[in-house]
Parts: sequence; C-alpha cells; structure tokens
Amino acid sequence: MKNIKKSYYGTAVLHDINMELSEGEIIGLVGENGAGKSTLMNILFGDEVIASTGGYEGDIFINGEKAQINSSFDALNYGIGMVHQEFSLIPGFTATENILFNREPTKKSLVSSAFGDRLDTLDRKKMKEIADDAIDKVGIKIDDDMLVQSMPVGHKQFTEIAREISKEKLKVLILDEPTAVLTEKEAETMLKSIKNLASRGIAIIFISHRLNEIMDICNKVTVIRDGVVVKTSDIDKITVDEITKYMIGREVDTKHREPRNVEGKDVIMSIKNLYVDMPGENVRDFSIDVYDGEILGIGGLAGQGKLGIPNGIMGLYDAEGDVSYKNEKINISEPMSSLKKDIAFVSEDRRGVGLLLDESLEWNISFLTMQVKDKFLKKILGKLMSFRSNEEIKEVTDHYIEALNIKCTSSKQKARELSGGNQQKVCLAKAFAMQPKFLFVSEPTRGIDVGAKALVLDALKGYNEKYGTTIVMVSSEIEELRQICDRIAIVSDGKVAGIYKATEPVEKFGALMIGAKAA
Amino acid sequence: MKFDVRKFLADRSVPIMFIIICAVCIPLSGFSTSYLFNEIVTRIVRNTFLILSLLIPIMAGMGLNFGMTLGAMAGEIALIFTSDWQIWGIPGVVLAMILSIPISILLGALCGTLLNKSRGREMITSYIISFFINGIYQLVVLYMMGPIIPILHESIKLPRGYGIRNTVSLLNLRQSIDNLVSINVAGVKIPVISFVIIILLCLFIVWFTKTKLGQDMRAVGQNMEVARAAGINVDRTRILSIIMSTVLAGFGMILYLQNMGNIATYSSHSQIGMFCIAALLVGGASVDKASIGNVFLGVILFHLMFIVAPRAGTVITGDSMIGEYFRVFISYGVITLALVMYETKKHKKKKMTKEGTENEK
Repeated sequence: MKNIKKSYYGTAVLHDINMELSEGEIIGLVGENGAGKSTLMNILFGDEVIASTGGYEGDIFINGEKAQINSSFDALNYGIGMVHQEFSLIPGFTATENILFNREPTKKSLVSSAFGDRLDTLDRKKMKEIADDAIDKVGIKIDDDMLVQSMPVGHKQFTEIAREISKEKLKVLILDEPTAVLTEKEAETMLKSIKNLASRGIAIIFISHRLNEIMDICNKVTVIRDGVVVKTSDIDKITVDEITKYMIGREVDTKHREPRNVEGKDVIMSIKNLYVDMPGENVRDFSIDVYDGEILGIGGLAGQGKLGIPNGIMGLYDAEGDVSYKNEKINISEPMSSLKKDIAFVSEDRRGVGLLLDESLEWNISFLTMQVKDKFLKKILGKLMSFRSNEEIKEVTDHYIEALNIKCTSSKQKARELSGGNQQKVCLAKAFAMQPKFLFVSEPTRGIDVGAKALVLDALKGYNEKYGTTIVMVSSEIEELRQICDRIAIVSDGKVAGIYKATEPVEKFGALMIGAKAA
Repeated sequence: MKFDVRKFLADRSVPIMFIIICAVCIPLSGFSTSYLFNEIVTRIVRNTFLILSLLIPIMAGMGLNFGMTLGAMAGEIALIFTSDWQIWGIPGVVLAMILSIPISILLGALCGTLLNKSRGREMITSYIISFFINGIYQLVVLYMMGPIIPILHESIKLPRGYGIRNTVSLLNLRQSIDNLVSINVAGVKIPVISFVIIILLCLFIVWFTKTKLGQDMRAVGQNMEVARAAGINVDRTRILSIIMSTVLAGFGMILYLQNMGNIATYSSHSQIGMFCIAALLVGGASVDKASIGNVFLGVILFHLMFIVAPRAGTVITGDSMIGEYFRVFISYGVITLALVMYETKKHKKKKMTKEGTENEK
C-alpha cells in the first residue's frame, strides 16, 4: 500500500499510509481508537462506506500489480478476506451454511436450466466437505451442523475465519480484534490457529488492543496515530512500552492520586438494602453511605452486580430499597426523580442509553439538561411557549468539545460518526452540562484506548476537584479506580464485600473480588 | 438438552387452545363423524393451496403476507374472463391460472417494491396495500369492464350495461377438478386430483427451500445486512418472494372458487387473506416461522371450529348468528395474539442475548 489517503466529510483521517506485507507474514496493526485503523482496513476490503464517501487516494499493489478496489467483491477477487468485529453470520444457519454462504456449490436441474441459476439445488454433500476442510485448517473442532445462534461466541469467531479460509483465492486475511470477545483459553487457540494459517502462506493483518498478543504472534508491528504510520518495526526490536508510547505520542500519567480522608464528612447519599433486577447484574441487599465530595469506586468481577447499582438507582431497571439523597428519599423507579435532584448518570451502554446516535453533538450534549433543568430555552409569550436557544447550546457544546478534546468536525456532526472514545467523552459532556451535584459513572473506559482513557479519568478527577461533585464510578478495572478514587468498594454476589482506601495494595482488592471476607 | 414440558406447551398454546375449543364443541354440535370428515376434506381442498402461498414470504423474513389478497384478485379477474369467454371445466381452470400469472406478477412486483421501501413494517404495509389495490380492482371491475375491457356476455354484466354483477356463477366449472377423479372412503368423498395438486405444491415448497434462491431467501429473512455483504441482491430476492406468493395465491383463489362454484365479485377476496393467515397461525405458525405441518393443522382446526361452533352456539344460546360472530372475532383475535406474542418473544430474545454478552465480558 502506498500513499493511501482518505477523508471523511472534509476531514482527513488518513495521510500517506505506507504498508508492506509479504506472504506468510503476520503484521500487527495498533493505534488508538479513531487513529484510522478501521478506515484503512475498510479501504483494503472495499467497504461500501469508502466508495459512498468519495473513494480513496493512493495505490494498492498486490503481487506487484496495481489493484483497484471499489467493492468487497473486488477485494474478494484479489484474495483479501476480512473477519469483522461484529459477527457477520446468519444466526439460523449451520456452520456449514455460513462458511459457504452465497458461494454454495450447486447442482443443475431441469428447472434451473429453464429459469436460471438461482433455482439450482444446493449440493449439501459437497458443502459439508468444503466446510469440514476449512474447519480442519482453522484447527478447532466446530460442529458443522450446529446453528450459529446456539454456538458460544468463540466458535462464531472461528466460523468466520473458516469462511474466509474456504475461499480458494485467499492471500491476505484481515482480523479486526478477533480476540476481543473471547475467553483467555479461546484466545490462545485463536492465536495458535492464526500462526498456523500464516505458515500456510497466508498474509495476515492482525488488529488488536491487546499488545501482548501482538508481541506473541506478529512478525512486524505497525503503529498508526492520527492517520499517519508513526512506526513500523520488527517485533523483536520493540517493547510493549515503546509501542504504547508511539500509540499515544505522550507519556501516560499512571500516578495514583493521594486519596483524601472522607470518613468524617456529611453523608450525601445513603443506600440501604438495595435490590436491583438487572439481567446478569443482580444486586442483592447492597448498602453503602456515600460522603459529600468524594470519588467512590465500585469494583468487582463481571456479573456480581456492580453495574446494577447505578442502573437501579437511576430507575433504568426494576429496583427496591431505600435510597436517600441529602436526607430526602428518592423514588428509584422514576429516572426523573433522581435527575431533578441533580444526580446524573453516564451509562455503560453508551450507544444504547447514552447517545442519540443520529443526532448532532449539540443535541446530545444539551437535550438532557433541557429536559431536566429547562435550560437553553427561550421563553416567549409569558412562558407559554419555549424555544430552543441554539446559540447557548452551541456555546456549551463548543466549550466541552474543547475541554474534553473531542475529535469531531463540528458541533453539528452526528454522534454515530465519532469513534468510541470520543462518544464516551460526549456522554461525559452531557452529564457535565447538567452541572450535577452527584454523578454516577459506569464503565467510563470500556472499549476505549489508553490515551482516551487517561483523558476521561482526568476529566472526572478535574470535575470533582473543581466543583466538589460527588462521583460514584463503577468499573471492572481496579487499576483505574485506584488512580482517581478515594475509597473503593468491592461488590461480590450483589453485596458489598468490603471497602478500602484506594491506596491499599491491589492484592487486597483482588481477594475481596474472589469472595474473601474483609478483615 | 432437557425436554421442557412447559416451554413445549407454551410454544403451542394457540393450537392447544383450538383443540380444546373443538373438543368441547364437537359433542355439543351433534354432527355425525362422516359429515364432519366430509366438511373437513372440502375445506382442506378449498383452502390449503391459498394458505401454502403464505409460506415463502415468511421464509424471506417478510412476515405474514396480507398482500396475498392481491393474488386472490388476480385469480378472480382471470376467472371473470374465462367465464365471459364461456370456457368451462378443466380447460377453464387451467386457462384462468395461466391468465392470472401476468396479473399476479405485476401486482406482486408492485407490492414487493413497496414493501422494500417500508422495511420492518412489511405486514401493516401489505395490509394497507391490499385495501389500496382493492380500490383499483373495483375501478376495473365495476367501471372498466364493459366500456374499455370488452365483456361479451350479458349474464355477468350489471343490468346497466357495464361492470360485473355481484355474483358470477361458475356453475359449469364447479368442482370440475374435485370431481375429476374422486373416491369414496367410508362415506367420505376424497377428490384425488385436488389432493395431488396440493401435495405437488408441498413438494415444490420443500424442493424450493433446497435451491439456491430458497437458501438466499432464508438468509435474507434472518439478516439482511449480512446477506447483502455476501453479495446477495436483497431487494430482488424479497420482491421475488412476494411475487411467488402472489402467483400461488392467485392459483389458490382459482381452486377455491372452482370449489365454491361462484365468485362474489366484490367480497370473495376481501377477507380471504385474513382467514388464511388466521388459519396458519392457529396451526402454530408465527410471524417468522411456519411449516407445511402448520398449514395442515391450521386448516383442520380452524375450519373444524367454524363448522361446529355455529351449531354449538345455536345449541347453547339458541341463536345461530353467534357462530358467525365467533368466526370473525376469533380470526382477528388469533392474529392479534400472534403478533403480540411475536413481539414479546423478540423482546425476550434480545434481552437474553444482551445478558449473554454481558456475562462474557
């Protein structure tokens, strides 16, 4: 690939990307969210998005010949296969049917010679042979007759890879975070089978956020930052730390802040005997006091109920229990009741609950405040009618775009077009715009990269210090809780297993998570 | 996997309910077994073809095709022509079928194209389209037949000189297929050829699911995005499924009318879609899943209820109208229930998958 350039809506996302790939090589592609990895791969795979936004510049050479990739069919013809992050499988089809989807071997019949090829009957026997062969090459046992919808996630991923392998022409395979949804054990198998494929002469582009995986299996690593290749190196000449540095282009501040002593302060929120019925995250008999102005971390393993706590209190799931805020009882079945009291919530489900994906950033940041606090509204005719005040909205939005360093073309851009990390920042901005006195933040760094993570944590910390807002942060990453929290409560089996100061060693928290009692 | 009795029963709640209704009504009605069997056989012959035409759009993920009414109209128009030309008997039926094909294809393509523009709301759209086309049908039949489209025979024209009468008699065509070869088994008349036609259609549907096009339709039905990414022409595939359904519905209507022996020009088609869909649902089908078994079970249960319920109603209340009332109310009720159940199931499933991914993290 030479001098690849691409811009979306007038913003350049890729400038002059050069990459080389030889047969049987595994190249790791890393970069922060929004650095341009996905765009680059979409170009290679001829994704619709590229063509519909004006194509790309630069040349791609395959085996020395210039290739023009305009659609995914072109890509397939050139032998480029891609396994997407989202599964592109038909749930009600078996593994075999999915592997050979739309490339099924068929048998001619009398009817089809009269009415065209689409009335050929499928050659089930041959389909099974090809599918089994591809599954063998992947190197894991998948039941070829199993419906995809009843498969574990890992097998779905393997089925997709098998589908790509079964294409005879396959020369280059793009794997976009293939291990992200896998368990450790499955990921190991996956890496093994990737190596195995490379040894058959297939060149592989491996995108991952897990740097140790890259170190493990790749021959080379290419780091992209802001649409530019900042470093390409053989894997044995680079360390994880160096890669991280190239990725974010600055030192990450992992300093823990000094936890403040909060025990003596007023109790701002008191939660007693909380039960929340959130599927997979049930809370049973959870009680805690939150002190004014602190940052309280809530940690714990997945499925133990930590996510249920903010969701239950904010009225998003059925909940029971006594929650009082500044000595007043909150009606926890009604979101408005908490919102009216200046309690805000940044949901872990940012695409579902957090954002209006098809609306502008202005709308996203202002609509909650507008609903709850009647701000950004112009009253006319003696308050009979109110209109949005677009100037105020723009002002606020621009303020947060700058303050949180949200990468976007303008405040009018749609939330859907932003990368994950930037979407998260918009969610934060939405909550900040309400000027809450109390803020629930749930998994604020899930699925975003190191650089954005640091920014999000800094923003939370800064907001707390500047306005004295009490923050309750729920996260599965104990390290990030330790970075900004004063106290950390660990939730196990739906209740508090123990509360420690954030400076306590990690092992003590770890012990609580796996069920040990607090000393 | 453990066999879950409750789930098994819950999934089949509608057919079970109907079996119970029938079981209560049959002794109350006091009909003889041979009468019941004769009636049921007649209804199977009359309706099964029509109901089978619904299967293909369900496979393609377009839900219950209320637009099958369009096919029914095409069949009626074709029959009006053949009876005007005085072509009766088997040749009349065959000619009507051939004539209905182009009309059905045209209407089906129109319906399919419109449905492609209203993705996710296919059922309500097809329902409304059927009303819209009904208007055009009336325009054609009531005003254009005569002055514009030549109609020779006075017997089918309205006395005013144009337009078609409310009832077109098919007396010379009546049951010509049913009576072609019929055998008598223990007092029950079995029209062999009609059954052969229905079985052939079943075989066709089974064969069709095994073709490339059938496979594509199933894929499109389950996930349009993935199918498109794999290079399947999704829009075209969906239109084809509606066209096939419309053509089959047209054939079905012709078979239905040859059994009845007359066309109620302005009303035959109007409720046929509703009753066929209700019958299919009674057979245990849902919006996204239906099999040939559902069709047969549905025809038998639904019509058995219609045969016995009026009489049972008369016995209980002394009013025979209660049966007719029951019939309409049950049809709409069943469809409503099926639609609600489909949505709740979908919702539940979504919740479960969400929970699933949550656990994996």
